[in-house]
Amino acid sequence: MTARLWGIVTDSFWKILAPGLVVTLPLTALSFALAMVIAVAVALIQFAQLPLLRPAARFYIWIIRGTPLLIQLFIIFYGLGQVGILLPPFTAAVAALAINEGAYCAETVRAALESVPAGQLEAGACAGLTWLQTARHIILPQAMRTAFPSLSNSLISMLKDTSLVANITVAEMFMAGQKIVSRTYEPLVIYLEVALVYLLFSTVLTKLQRAGERRLNVYDYR
Amino acid sequence: MLTVEQVEKSFRGTPVLRGVSLEVARGDVVAILGPSGAGKTTLLRCLALLERAEGGTLRLGDTLCHLPTASGREAVALRRRMGFVFQSYDLFRNKTALQNVTLGLTVARRMPRAQAEEIGLAMLDKVGLLDRRDAYPSQLSGGQQQRVAIAPQPEILYFDEPTSALDPELTGEVLGVMRRLAEEGRTMLVVTHELGFARNVANRVVFMEEGRVVEEAPAQTFFSHPREERSRAFLQQTLEEQGKES
Repeated sequence: MTARLWGIVTDSFWKILAPGLVVTLPLTALSFALAMVIAVAVALIQFAQLPLLRPAARFYIWIIRGTPLLIQLFIIFYGLGQVGILLPPFTAAVAALAINEGAYCAETVRAALESVPAGQLEAGACAGLTWLQTARHIILPQAMRTAFPSLSNSLISMLKDTSLVANITVAEMFMAGQKIVSRTYEPLVIYLEVALVYLLFSTVLTKLQRAGERRLNVYDYR
Repeated sequence: MLTVEQVEKSFRGTPVLRGVSLEVARGDVVAILGPSGAGKTTLLRCLALLERAEGGTLRLGDTLCHLPTASGREAVALRRRMGFVFQSYDLFRNKTALQNVTLGLTVARRMPRAQAEEIGLAMLDKVGLLDRRDAYPSQLSGGQQQRVAIAPQPEILYFDEPTSALDPELTGEVLGVMRRLAEEGRTMLVVTHELGFARNVANRVVFMEEGRVVEEAPAQTFFSHPREERSRAFLQQTLEEQGKES
């Protein structure tokens, strides 16, 4: 590697890492937190078999899973602007990512809820808990433990999907990389570098997943 | 204390309960006996409103409940006054023994945690499980799990064959706890196959067959002088079977 190339690589490392820390990570955290709220709500609606809301939940999942994330981003950022809903790029990105991931995670959570034995619901009723109390204290905690590995998967996947939001002018890591490439004409090393930072982030998340699983194993009931 | 009248229930057109009535006085231990398929479990499930009866009423203390039309709120209020011990021990798997007995107090009754724990520890002590307070159900034996389920002290306890899924050596410890509760004057309604328990601990016996109460009598009378032909046949057959096992 020439000295010039090495200079570019070391120079750009911080320029890539910085937007990763201040944009990519907060964007991922915020979107995933919202996605979780959506997922749990949508899964519970189906689990409780609420008459009108259940078909609505299925419709939401059908639409979102059936269309590409990139197009959803464009509809929310560029499309909604046409009907007067102008969202700042970061907000649009959070909304699109949360709505998209929420649909996938809702299915994960629903499957986990259904895997909790029916006897647990009855045990809740017998202890004098209402349906909601049973769901909150008994069913959900057990389901979330089951869903944890799959949800971690979704989180890691979403971290990388945030690179798509460069397309709606959010200045995240990938866009930072693109800028450096257009200045230096070194796509190979720069994009490898960007990939490396993503790998770094997901490695940390993988470690966190391991630690989380160990903590959740306190009551191993198989 | 508990009066049940004319409970009716069918599954897909097949009647399972055909107008069952029974009465449990305060401090009574009533054993429900009968062959498989008599509707004993369904009866308990209807009385717990886990199953929706098609007819019948339930009076607990001064609360009257029409079973087919009871609202969710009524069901929850009633269940809070009842305790349940089922065949397969359904404890909350994500809660410790202590949390299992206090959850009904802290969540359902909104009692402060410290107060609930004090009561919970006393309950566990009573069933001899104080030292297992922080164990999760998966770390308890079947007998210990059943004893945790017995620990809370509602107005009336329902048992549905609490020992039938247990090893013989664990059966004894559960029956022992039940016997102690009976001696303390707790009100209990027990579906059981343990004729010995029914005879020695219960003070009254309800014999059911094909969804009907065939005979209801003081326990001693039922075992020494069963009135109905079918009761006699059942006793004879069951005693023979249980004799063979032991």
